[in-house]
Amino acid sequence: MEVELLEIRQHMSRFPPFESLSDDLLDALAGQVEVGYFKAGTDILVLDQELHELCYIRSGAVEVYRRNGDLYNRLGEGDIFGHFSLLRNHRVRFPARALEDTLIYFIPEPLFHKLCEADEHFADFVELGRPRMAAAVEQHKQANDMMITRVRKLLTRYPVMIEAATTVQQAARQIGEAQASAALVLDAPDNNPRYTFTDSQDRPWKVCGILTDSDFRTRVVAEGLSPDTPVGELLGERLITIQSDESVHEAMLCMLRNNIHHLPVLHRRRPVGIVHLSDIIRYETHSSLYLVSNIFHQSSAEGLAKLAPDVRAAFVRMVEDGANSQMVGSALSTIGRSFTRRLLELAEEELGPPPVPYCFMVNGSMARNEQSIVTDQDHALVLSDDFDAKRHDAYFLALAERVSDGLDACGYPYCKGEVMATNAKWRQPLSVWKRYFNDWIDNPTPERLLHSSIFFDLDSNYGEEAYVEQLQDLVAKKAPGSPLFLAAMARNALNRTPPLGFFRTFVMEKDGKQNNSINLKRRGTAPMVDLIRVHALACGSQAQNSFERLDAIGNTQLLAPGAGEKLRYALELIAMARIRHQVIDIQQDRMPDNNIEPENVEDSERHNLKDAFQVLSNAQKFLKYRYPMPARTGRSR
Amino acid sequence: MLSHRLSPARSLPDWPAYLAARADRVSSPELARYFAASCPTPDTPIDEAPLVALDLETTGLDARRHDIVSIGLVPFTLGRIRWAERRYWVVRPSRPLSSESITFHRITHSEIAEAPDLATVLPELLEAMAGRLAVVHFRHIERPFLDEAARSRLGEELRFPVIDTMSLEARRHRLSLWARFRRWMRRPPVSIRLSDSRARYGLPAYQGHHALLDALATAELLQAQIATHYRSQATIGELWS
Repeated sequence: MEVELLEIRQHMSRFPPFESLSDDLLDALAGQVEVGYFKAGTDILVLDQELHELCYIRSGAVEVYRRNGDLYNRLGEGDIFGHFSLLRNHRVRFPARALEDTLIYFIPEPLFHKLCEADEHFADFVELGRPRMAAAVEQHKQANDMMITRVRKLLTRYPVMIEAATTVQQAARQIGEAQASAALVLDAPDNNPRYTFTDSQDRPWKVCGILTDSDFRTRVVAEGLSPDTPVGELLGERLITIQSDESVHEAMLCMLRNNIHHLPVLHRRRPVGIVHLSDIIRYETHSSLYLVSNIFHQSSAEGLAKLAPDVRAAFVRMVEDGANSQMVGSALSTIGRSFTRRLLELAEEELGPPPVPYCFMVNGSMARNEQSIVTDQDHALVLSDDFDAKRHDAYFLALAERVSDGLDACGYPYCKGEVMATNAKWRQPLSVWKRYFNDWIDNPTPERLLHSSIFFDLDSNYGEEAYVEQLQDLVAKKAPGSPLFLAAMARNALNRTPPLGFFRTFVMEKDGKQNNSINLKRRGTAPMVDLIRVHALACGSQAQNSFERLDAIGNTQLLAPGAGEKLRYALELIAMARIRHQVIDIQQDRMPDNNIEPENVEDSERHNLKDAFQVLSNAQKFLKYRYPMPARTGRSR
Repeated sequence: MLSHRLSPARSLPDWPAYLAARADRVSSPELARYFAASCPTPDTPIDEAPLVALDLETTGLDARRHDIVSIGLVPFTLGRIRWAERRYWVVRPSRPLSSESITFHRITHSEIAEAPDLATVLPELLEAMAGRLAVVHFRHIERPFLDEAARSRLGEELRFPVIDTMSLEARRHRLSLWARFRRWMRRPPVSIRLSDSRARYGLPAYQGHHALLDALATAELLQAQIATHYRSQATIGELWS
């Protein structure tokens, strides 16, 4: 390669979508750019000008505008612009202006098309919107399909290795000093190549066996062997090993089958570690399945509270194993529901059986099966219509308090909006609940619905499921024919809007303001969930989970073809970004929260999130248009 | 502009007239073609002038004692640098190369051993420069070395107009009232070296000392200087030397 191209090539290869290009394409690129300098404040691309080049920011910063003058994006070093025009009619649709003194590399159109043809990743990247987001989500899914945890992941150190001629006493000392519980015994290689390998000094060795703590007990002490016995004489006949890329599950089966507690792990023929059964048990206890069964084995609220750290561990483990947001959301909801259910069982054991039947209803994210690791408790009691407040309410209040206090101790803080069964308003017989829902739907105003929209995510958790099902039926039947209600819900769904994207270490707002962090729940998942709920209500769906709601919406003509898919990808991307950043918080010993700081957002994630925010923003515009507020309720602001 | 009035009165040749006169009299056909292509007239606005950024790597600073090692050039205009049309030659110096200058220029002995003599390169170089106004950073290298090259290989002198980005920097930072005030205050003078000058305009740092990369860096610097300090209609007569 020509030396003078190095400078340009190295710079471009650091940024998407050039980072994945082959060396040949990168060379071609670095040799064919044209260069231009733009003083801060000068136009780079003017609306409707003809364009036959892709623009790459070598240094400086650029602002891109919409036709109407609204800020569309703020771009920095390594970003590209102009590709929309190249892919369409070669007229500039988004004018660009230098925000700082800027050096632009112009990539000629023929080369741009060549890159699109030759590199799928490049093509996906420059085709805005669905394809890029879809690619990101699919990629994650693929990684997830291969989600077997390999046994090498459990290894924390290289094995202790000793020569066969070493005496038992020396070996015991060596193992003790290394604070290990086993060592591999090596000897000169023989004709059998199976366990031979060469060490870092190029010396050939043969692994002839494993020596464990228990061998010293059962073979040396119990049989009264001399401390000078060479360890080679203690070894069993058969060495059982496993390859480092086998699954943890396979390692466990291998140990059970052979009744051994130590298992040497080889990479091809080279020993890389020893796993102990306790490593596997420790690993398995971080699985959510184990956690749920553990919840139901607790006999007190205190015992349950002690499991709170395990919830976090299970959460981290799931994400590291490559789970998607739906899997994480539903596992955490299952865990939360299990806590709730166990607390109810324990409370009933203490307080005696309930005087009238009841259903413990959950709301919000738990009802949607979309719980995250940062969540408060939202629940209510739907009681039998035989409920008589004077005689029965004391029991249900006590029940509600135990659950609510217990959940708080388990890491689900009290709901600030008092959406809890301890609140008398939300501890009512079924007939009253029906009245509530009828009233919300028949006499809606955005203000009234602001605090009750959480009840439109509802599911039974324990008790008479039929009560909550009746409420779900009522909502599904009534909502589609109530335009005023839908308009009010839609209005509220527009209260929170996404940002424009990221610029360097800032979050960019639509008015050009820059912030240091962004609350991904408030500005991303929550408004997305809100708008999906409105469409789901409009089509009479009983589904509670946002992805299932999107399925139901997809069976109607409510959204334009493809719009539902876009929403699905956008929700998944934003939810996963939030989840990943919570894992980072936990791993760095911080309280997980819903904020992400732009400096922790990788390039590819930035681009994906920007696309997802755009999808959300467009969907909000459509929502406003689709569910207009009828003119006669002119009371709204 | 203040700095202009303070710049010393310079008596510049009438470049188009000089080039035309040389074209008539010169005997080497290569030089004749170069001179005949002339250069833009002094009243040409800089944003319409065809330019060529030029950089030589040499074994030293004295054109009579030292040799050219490599030549890089990039055609450009104020709006666009035509990087794809860049040209680059390594030439064999007449005296052996010291190992210091080898590491400095990142050119190896074998590259030099296979390189042609300047005589072979000169016609191509002159053709690439023809009709374009040369832009260099520090004219006291490029001009004397190419003049010496023409004298020794073609037997005749070679003089040509250049825009020197270093002297444009000097007009602001060495000759201005502010610069004289700084000097009076015994403050160190502002550096007008290529990389330091570039940094003042927010241009990226390039790993220098490759003739082509320095030519590119010089072209970018001129674009930045004009965008910052001049009207795009400034004439090349105000800028060249």
